[in-house]
Amino acid sequence: MESQETLLHVRQITKRYRMREKAFVALKNVDFNVVDHEFLALVGPSGCGKSTLLRLITGLEKPSSGEIVYRGELVRGVNPKTTVVFQTFALFPWLTVQQNVELALEARGIPKKIRTLRSVELLDMVGLDGFETAFPRELSGGMRQKVGFARALAVEPELLCLDEPFSTLDILSAETLRSELHELWVSKRLPIRAIILVTHNIEEAAMLADRIVVMDKEPGRVIADIPIELSFPRSRKSPDFLAAVDRVYATLAGHTQQRQAAPTEPGAQGRAKMLPIISIDVLIGLMQRMGDAPEVGADIYRLATELNIPADEMLHLTEAAELLGLAEIRQGDIVLTPLGDTFAEASMLVKKEIFSRRVRRLPMFKWLWDMFSQTEHKKLEWEDIRMALEEDLPPDEAQKQLDAAVEWGRYAELLSYDDNTGVIFLEKFNAAL
Amino acid sequence: MIKRLANVFVPGQPLTRKLSFIDLFIIVAIIVALGVLVETAIYAPSVYRGPKVSLSPKMLPFYAVLSITRMFLAYVLSIIFTLIYGRAAATTKIGQRLLLPILDILQSVPLLSFLPLVLLSLSVLLPQTLALEISSIILIFTSQAWNLTFSWYQSLTTLPSDLKDTSAMFGFTTRQRFLHLEMSFAAVGLIWNSIMSWAGGWFFLMAAEMFTVGDKDFRLPGLGSYLREAASSNNYQALVWGLFTVILIIVLLDQLIWRPLLTWADKFKLSMIEEDPLNSWFLRMLQGSTILRVILNKCRKIYDRFSDKFLLRERGETKWAIEQVKVSSVVSLFWKVLVVLLVAVILWGLARAYILLAMVKLQVWIKLLMGLLCSFLRVFLALVLALMWTLPVGILIGTNRKWAAWLQPIVQIAASVPATALFPVLLVFVLNFPMGTDIAAVLLMMMGTQWYLLFNIIAGASTIPQDMKYQSRLLQLGKWKNFRSLTLPALGPYIITGAITASGGAWNASIVAEYTEFGGKTLSTKGIGAMIAQATAMGDYPELLSATLMLVLCVISINRFVWRRLYEHCEQRYHIE
Repeated sequence: MESQETLLHVRQITKRYRMREKAFVALKNVDFNVVDHEFLALVGPSGCGKSTLLRLITGLEKPSSGEIVYRGELVRGVNPKTTVVFQTFALFPWLTVQQNVELALEARGIPKKIRTLRSVELLDMVGLDGFETAFPRELSGGMRQKVGFARALAVEPELLCLDEPFSTLDILSAETLRSELHELWVSKRLPIRAIILVTHNIEEAAMLADRIVVMDKEPGRVIADIPIELSFPRSRKSPDFLAAVDRVYATLAGHTQQRQAAPTEPGAQGRAKMLPIISIDVLIGLMQRMGDAPEVGADIYRLATELNIPADEMLHLTEAAELLGLAEIRQGDIVLTPLGDTFAEASMLVKKEIFSRRVRRLPMFKWLWDMFSQTEHKKLEWEDIRMALEEDLPPDEAQKQLDAAVEWGRYAELLSYDDNTGVIFLEKFNAAL
Repeated sequence: MIKRLANVFVPGQPLTRKLSFIDLFIIVAIIVALGVLVETAIYAPSVYRGPKVSLSPKMLPFYAVLSITRMFLAYVLSIIFTLIYGRAAATTKIGQRLLLPILDILQSVPLLSFLPLVLLSLSVLLPQTLALEISSIILIFTSQAWNLTFSWYQSLTTLPSDLKDTSAMFGFTTRQRFLHLEMSFAAVGLIWNSIMSWAGGWFFLMAAEMFTVGDKDFRLPGLGSYLREAASSNNYQALVWGLFTVILIIVLLDQLIWRPLLTWADKFKLSMIEEDPLNSWFLRMLQGSTILRVILNKCRKIYDRFSDKFLLRERGETKWAIEQVKVSSVVSLFWKVLVVLLVAVILWGLARAYILLAMVKLQVWIKLLMGLLCSFLRVFLALVLALMWTLPVGILIGTNRKWAAWLQPIVQIAASVPATALFPVLLVFVLNFPMGTDIAAVLLMMMGTQWYLLFNIIAGASTIPQDMKYQSRLLQLGKWKNFRSLTLPALGPYIITGAITASGGAWNASIVAEYTEFGGKTLSTKGIGAMIAQATAMGDYPELLSATLMLVLCVISINRFVWRRLYEHCEQRYHIE
């Protein structure tokens, strides 16, 4: 069983970050393996720690506890058998395309003559011959990422890590690069023994990977390990492919549902009172869209593709819709509730009214109401609320949550906020409760 | 051009930091430093004769070479200091907590006020000419180093994280990291700051080459002393020749060094967007030269061979694992000894400073306080006057392309002439008026400082978004209303950044301006600068110490309690994304 040798063990990894006095858990007890000749994809909403996990695997950072074992050896410090292709390309803008590739070779102690030969060869392979003396800023995004690939391949890694390498490219360039990567991988022309792809594009993961590890956030953890046993070439239209994609979506959406089933009484701790971070305008747009054409609305994945909304943003939106009682999620499908239907068709003022009535029931707003009711003039300092939130949440999350609460409250005309004084006022909250 | 200027000035210069234990430490350190200097200076003889400065224009090339050499040596020193200190500040814990605040204060203290003390104490330790040379270089260094160090520090702490990761990922050697990541990223900022540093250096050079008080005549042959001597002996022809030489050198340096460097450094900009490139005829000429290209290629080949043979051996030594290097016991012992020594020096310095200060009578303190107040009023007046003309002109240049194209070159040449070089010329004209010395002092302060304000205002005005300008036109806001509600708030942080630097420069100028020997006469006006000079002339060391100390503490407090607060306020209220 040569081909089934385990290349990488990720054993019970936990990563904590310390922010002032508080610790924030980015990853908790993450555990999986990568075997030889495997293409693994890591998917999950943003903030689930998939990029952090990649940094731990390559040794750019150290885990707080647990261990990363590569071919029987504990990874301490950067693992020279791995390289990363970065989302931002990470090219040195002051060096030419060729110099960028050569720099990586130079770091491996390869003499000038061989460096030049190898870099030209590699650039040729990714289809960049003729661009050797160009500077990155002269290239398109797709070409820049090709340089990123050429540089990563130059050092002949065994484990190639891809950190959302296609997500900043336009759709067509991303498609081209994906198929070229796939070709390189299946042709086995390179000494690469495994690939880990971090992405939030679920379809991309299903197109390329042998296995998808699904993660969720707060804390970042693995929630499912789904093998994709489809032969290549894979077709986007095939029912099997769609079923696989749906399964991943369902896993992610299912978890959002569970999360919100947590206790919701006012004053509940931590996550229970979290608001999904969304733009209200986009949420309203989505509800109207679904109300207009209910037949396309059903499948979350298709809806996301059709409306060109990134997967994790879509998950936040559905979570918000569900939280407000406007929609229900069932196994990867989203359906408007009767209230959602009304909302979609309502005038702006009625929308606000519905929104405002539902918002009052959310734990976050009940909690806020409690805070306000303890003050005399129905006003609170922004800073005070933030401090109170920080008891349950990491500081930047507290900031985001308060921003969201103020935005929702303003839209619902429950709160108003004066940026000059940093004071939040209660508008007509009391009448409602 | 304007955008580029903005890039230099924006980096949130005043650090927003709370008053802390560190500040106390720094103030103690300043007292100790001054105490030690005075302690040494006491042994200085009371009479000095300087070498004669010839006014023949034929001597000018020679003097120019001398002056430039001093500047260059100081600049090399600044760069070395920058690389070491900046890295220590950026990468060590002590650096963040201690080195950075020290730098912040050094940057705002009027270091020209240390000139007499440095001169006197060095001339005790070294032969007179050497002492003069070294103290002039040290002083020029103090005018060049801090902003360079800040720029390097800022680059090191803001390295793009993806490039940092890449360097770690591919296991770059120290040399690769330094050349291709750190130096490349810092290049543009360092070059702009070098230009600023040289401008500041000229200002100090002119002052440091000739310092005459009473029987103490410190002078070095150079452009600064030439100008001073020419003005002092009413030799207008020599004066014109001298000024012409200074301006010629500055223009040549700009055309032959800075502009080509800036143009070349354009490739180090991080932005992935193509912009209209800078132009330099000299660089184009250099790049067109075949001989130079052959030489460069040869150099590159030699470097590659050298790198293959020797430098790549680093490879074996760079460890992949990021392991904590244990501090050896020898090193830690060394640190302990150093700390003990430092504490001893501090205690001794404090004791000596206390004894000296105890000798100063109450009336003298009151006199010094009055002097400080007079100087403060002059600085304030100079700032207000400078603001009155730079505000409209800056807004004009910053918001209007046509005017910018027209005024920019003029402003740049005018700004590059060191105020201290113009000062002797100024004296010739102004001294005939009543209160001539006062007028000259305020004018000198203005000349030295208005450019900081102007460049900041230009930078600020050019960042006002076009859509906001349209909006205010659509709302049909009147000129005044528009100014109050859009322009002024947008400029706030920039004006204050400019004013901080400008007032620093003005305090420095007060040392030069309030007390001069001119045409065999002593011209002085009431002020702390004059008092420092008089104390030097009389050899009254306790008074010299207390005056310098008072000036330094006053400037630090103004920075801390006025400028910084104003800046924070403006930055919070009026920040335009």
